[in-house]
Amino acid sequence: MTMFKNFFPSKILLLKNKVINSLVVLLAIVLVIGLTYSLLISPPDYIQGDSVRIMYIHVPSSFIALGCFGFIGIASICNLIFKIKFMSLLAKSLAPIGCVFSLISIVTGSFWGKPTWGTWWVWDARLTSMAILFLFYIAYILTWKFIDSFERANKTSSIIGIIGLFNLPIIKYSVDWWNTLHQPSSITLTSAPTIHYTMLIPLIIMFFAMIIYLLIIFLMRYKTEVMKFKIDKKKNYE
Amino acid sequence: MLSKKVKSRIFFLFFVSILAVAIIFFTFRSLEENVVYFLSPTDIYNKTDIPFKKKIRVGGLVKINSVKKSETSINFIITDLNKEIIVSYNGLLPNLFSEGKGVVAEGKLKDKKYFVADKILAKHDENYMPPEVKKALEKSNN
Repeated sequence: MTMFKNFFPSKILLLKNKVINSLVVLLAIVLVIGLTYSLLISPPDYIQGDSVRIMYIHVPSSFIALGCFGFIGIASICNLIFKIKFMSLLAKSLAPIGCVFSLISIVTGSFWGKPTWGTWWVWDARLTSMAILFLFYIAYILTWKFIDSFERANKTSSIIGIIGLFNLPIIKYSVDWWNTLHQPSSITLTSAPTIHYTMLIPLIIMFFAMIIYLLIIFLMRYKTEVMKFKIDKKKNYE
Repeated sequence: MLSKKVKSRIFFLFFVSILAVAIIFFTFRSLEENVVYFLSPTDIYNKTDIPFKKKIRVGGLVKINSVKKSETSINFIITDLNKEIIVSYNGLLPNLFSEGKGVVAEGKLKDKKYFVADKILAKHDENYMPPEVKKALEKSNN
């Protein structure tokens, strides 16, 4: 709970640039290690060859894209039920990041699909539901952009966030529920990963690199959003 | 504790969620045919209303030692380890197409046992490993 309090609007304004700068240094280190490991040290796959290396970008991006929207959805529920304003500011600052990651996931997946499947894109359940997630991100961001009144934008975007939440289990389990061209998950909670450890390690390092990147951009955006919110509030009083 | 207003909002959201899940569930169930990307040979065997004129997709594993290449076409068998279907194809194969691996063929059924494909996609499974490990695995299996 104490950690959570750091995200309160009054606290985030005290966030020093030093914190961000040290996170950037950490990102540089983890990213260099992750990229060297995944692009140079890790072995090619026995059947895909070197195109397996796309996975080290694709899988963490997809994971983060889903995670971000999960957070936005939960924040939207809290926001609508308990009327906690800063929840929507958290979600609002997270949305563009998740949107970019979902786009990265779709584009890298497409680059992988061409040499592996023999096609850039198919309308199977996994790919389609992922494209829908991207559209939900766009819709969420656009409501904040085009609705001027904070109260109305807040309500509309929260509803979009909650509806989009239903899409997440569909994305996650699409490969198990229906026949899809996309393969099922290699890493599951219930059984041992079907991915060799020489490939799993760089995947995990790249995942951490992307999480740190997410954190940096999020903190900067959130601080800006809180400032903007406070300035608007002050303007309305005057 | 929670105020009456908050409680009613929780109740409302809960109710709407259940309704939404039900709607999604029934929508997908009725759209099953469109959501499923391909049919397995067993699905085709069991189905009574197979469209012979419409394009469909068949998926499964390429049966080992079944690929026969002639000058004009490639013939192979798709199996799901239960039922089989013969596929005839004339065109480029994806690089990852090989015996014992997953495949999805798009085209039209001639009859329940014979499929004429106009597009072949390779399906990758969830296993990732370096070539040396694969060799070692094969050795220990033999």
